[in-house]
Amino acid sequence: MKYDSQKFRVLHNKEIAPGIFDMWVENPELAELAKPGQFAHILVPGKTLRRPISICEADKTCLRLVYQIKGEGTELLSKVRVGDELDIIAPLGNGFDIRPDKTYCFIGGGIGVPPMLYASKQKQKPIVITGFRSKPLVILQGDFRKNNCELYLTTDDGTAGRKAFVTDVLNEVLDQVDEVCACGPLPMLKAISAICEAAGKPCQISLEERMGCGIGACLVCACAVRKNDGSTDYVHVCKDGPVFDSKEVVF
Amino acid sequence: MADLSVKVAGVEFANPLIAASGTFGFGREYSEFYPLSTLGGISCKGITLKKRLGNPPPRIAETPGGMLNAVGLQNPGVDHFIENDLPWLKQQGTVIIANIAGNTYEEYAQMAEKLSDTNVDMIEMNISCPNVKSGGVQFGTSCEGVGAITREVRKKCTKPLIVKLSPNVTDIAEIARSAEAEGADAVSMINTITGMRIDIEIARPIIHNNTGGLSGPAVFPVAVRMVWQVANAVKIPIIGMGGISKWQDAVEILMAGATALQIGTCLFTDPYSPVKILDGLNKYMEAKNIKTLSEITGSVIPWT
Repeated sequence: MKYDSQKFRVLHNKEIAPGIFDMWVENPELAELAKPGQFAHILVPGKTLRRPISICEADKTCLRLVYQIKGEGTELLSKVRVGDELDIIAPLGNGFDIRPDKTYCFIGGGIGVPPMLYASKQKQKPIVITGFRSKPLVILQGDFRKNNCELYLTTDDGTAGRKAFVTDVLNEVLDQVDEVCACGPLPMLKAISAICEAAGKPCQISLEERMGCGIGACLVCACAVRKNDGSTDYVHVCKDGPVFDSKEVVF
Repeated sequence: MADLSVKVAGVEFANPLIAASGTFGFGREYSEFYPLSTLGGISCKGITLKKRLGNPPPRIAETPGGMLNAVGLQNPGVDHFIENDLPWLKQQGTVIIANIAGNTYEEYAQMAEKLSDTNVDMIEMNISCPNVKSGGVQFGTSCEGVGAITREVRKKCTKPLIVKLSPNVTDIAEIARSAEAEGADAVSMINTITGMRIDIEIARPIIHNNTGGLSGPAVFPVAVRMVWQVANAVKIPIIGMGGISKWQDAVEILMAGATALQIGTCLFTDPYSPVKILDGLNKYMEAKNIKTLSEITGSVIPWT
């Protein structure tokens, strides 16, 4: 795997929903290596540990990172100004395996929606299901629409789109696709995995865990997986993931 | 270029920087950033006699100026290390230190015996892992325990033996004396300090193990104090560690009495920190006209 820690210039860092920020950072050497589902490990000045943020979009020179303020580190990140430089290790992890000959349904829940934009852009007219708690937290709908996908919007409280869970929509469209890719809260991923398994459809899920090094050396971001012989093992979200075959993951 | 080489227990290091056990895996990941020969040595991830899965996640929590971890010695076992990791590591042009942990005297002695038959350069005996019941910490917190385990491992260990000390003790100098008396060639210190963080939204410890080991800049002054106390108590060399993150810290811990040093948490903040620390050390030595690092070791002049 090729990765490095380098300076990225901040081109954009704006709040797009309460507590959710849209950031573009520039480094031509590393940005062009990115694949959907990978992440960037960002050094927030003054913090000991980096913050792993999924890549929302990438082009030849820039990465787009849409993140939510969860604590002190992401709060400091939200205050970074255009023109500042950030030290970032990227791109890291294994992304989604998206095949040209298959049809996909991409599902994002909450702050798990951003990486699905990048993933869904790999396909023509894919089915995309996005779910949020409530209307103020709805993000990236315009970006998905620009990509000419079959877009579904759900909210838990019905204040935007359908009052439903993403799994309700998935049950309706599952027949039309070969495979599902998803990112979001663990209960959502668990429910999606169960639906796909029952229907015999492969499902790739992107997981999150508290991380240290980000490259597979410190072993802190453990994820329990089922091995072929039936035993359980711990692999690591940063290096073995963040995208896993849902059938391997022990929820 | 100043002479950054050091000698610990007869082993030559090209420079005093050693990657600390548990922060560097078996080297492959960080070799993406720079040749591993950039470092004087690598203390490998702690290994046990048999494969261990480690603790359930979360295994890490950030703290002011540092972090807690409780990985719980996840590792593939000593045989896997010898067959799959050691041959590659030995080609990297740096000193390779195997770090061993166990539950009984026999486990430690067996691993020391197996590793003594390999081309590993040194063995670091971890009797200070705070995160597992079987991490050897039961041996590491009393003089009798440290003396007894050092004596048993020494019988089987033909490699230079480093004893890694726990800071979670009343008098670390006494502990170091026990290790020295029973044949340790060097001590490395400090392992992490036991700590805890609680998520106040759910009233649960952030780390699944409830407690974890504190590392990073926050523990640095504790490390300096303990290295200084041990340097005044023993004649064997000290490998200093605990929150070193910049070249000034490296000079400081050498002055306190360390011959070499280990870095860990700072690699997570900046993978290139070893390169920066070495550059700073070199410039400091040139500016002060210091010919060898041994001139710095123990050079602190305490107030009387």
